[in-house]
Amino acid sequence: MRWIPILLVGSSLFAQTISIAKLPDVKRIYERANDTTYVINFWATWCSPCIEELPYFEEANQFFSTEKVRIVLVSVDFRSQFESKVKPFVIKRKMKTDVVLLDEADANNYIDAIDPSWSGAIPATLVVNNYRDLRIFKGEAFTKEELFRLIRSTIN
Amino acid sequence: MKKTLVMLFFATAFAVAQGYKVGDRVSNFTLKNVDGKMVSLSDYQTSKGVIVIFTCNTCPYAQAYEQRIIDLDKKFKSTGYPVVAINPNDPDRQPGDSFEAMVERAKKFGYSFPYVQDESQAVATAFGASRTPHVYLLERKGNVFEVAYIGAIDDNTENAAAAKNRFVESAIQALDSGKRPDVTSTKAIGCTIKWKKTS
Repeated sequence: MRWIPILLVGSSLFAQTISIAKLPDVKRIYERANDTTYVINFWATWCSPCIEELPYFEEANQFFSTEKVRIVLVSVDFRSQFESKVKPFVIKRKMKTDVVLLDEADANNYIDAIDPSWSGAIPATLVVNNYRDLRIFKGEAFTKEELFRLIRSTIN
Repeated sequence: MKKTLVMLFFATAFAVAQGYKVGDRVSNFTLKNVDGKMVSLSDYQTSKGVIVIFTCNTCPYAQAYEQRIIDLDKKFKSTGYPVVAINPNDPDRQPGDSFEAMVERAKKFGYSFPYVQDESQAVATAFGASRTPHVYLLERKGNVFEVAYIGAIDDNTENAAAAKNRFVESAIQALDSGKRPDVTSTKAIGCTIKWKKTS
């Protein structure tokens, strides 16, 4: 029976990653020249409207798992709260979508680098498909229907 | 009916896009302070300007900047730029931002500046504030106030000591030496203002 925990650890690592990245590395996730739709959601553990819409991204991550869709949840929580807040939050909610903490202090710089129309309020979501020259930024929360409709429109 | 809905949609979109820009004149406002007295922008006829900060009790980002707001008032009230903190959140959506909770917080942290409640959210709407904290540095010109800077206090929410640019301080120093601020608007992460539910 000793092999079971090892297997479990293995599969959970495969299913999801929680990491820390600088802005260029976060941008590299969605700046690839391929026909994948990247859905990048900016959120934080302290942001209640963000937490309300997280389950939609989780569901979309499941629903579109066989399509060329990659969803990444970029946390703008403080770097110092990665271990104490972000990780426990993700584990407690059994989240399956990849989570990256954006390790940048100067928001005035990175907000415009991600999208000039972003005011800095979260939640905010960037949808990119470079092969199709598609770039949609939404500076507010989604309903589940809106999110699914938008993703679907980028892959058909 | 459909037409009304469409118009309502545009009215809302328009309202969101409105707000003061740098150089705009600011309308007077009168709001209730935590000491029970009313505070108006027009009370500040002898100051050089006013640091208006939309902030609140509950947002972690507002809390992260709380000491810096207190310090701004300490440093600049005597030189003619006092802080006026405005809480625009709807207490029905965020009970921790009730007037009573504001009174408590101002007392606990020894606010040396007015902490007023924008109960109708008309002031936050007029300014075009979108998040907490959100700073509007106003410069007095005769008996009117003009917006000189909009945005963040500095460029490091998490660590005040590590901030490279102290936007509000630099803007005040520029105004004081008769210049325009180098940076007149910045963006920042913050908590969305908890607007009243319209339905």
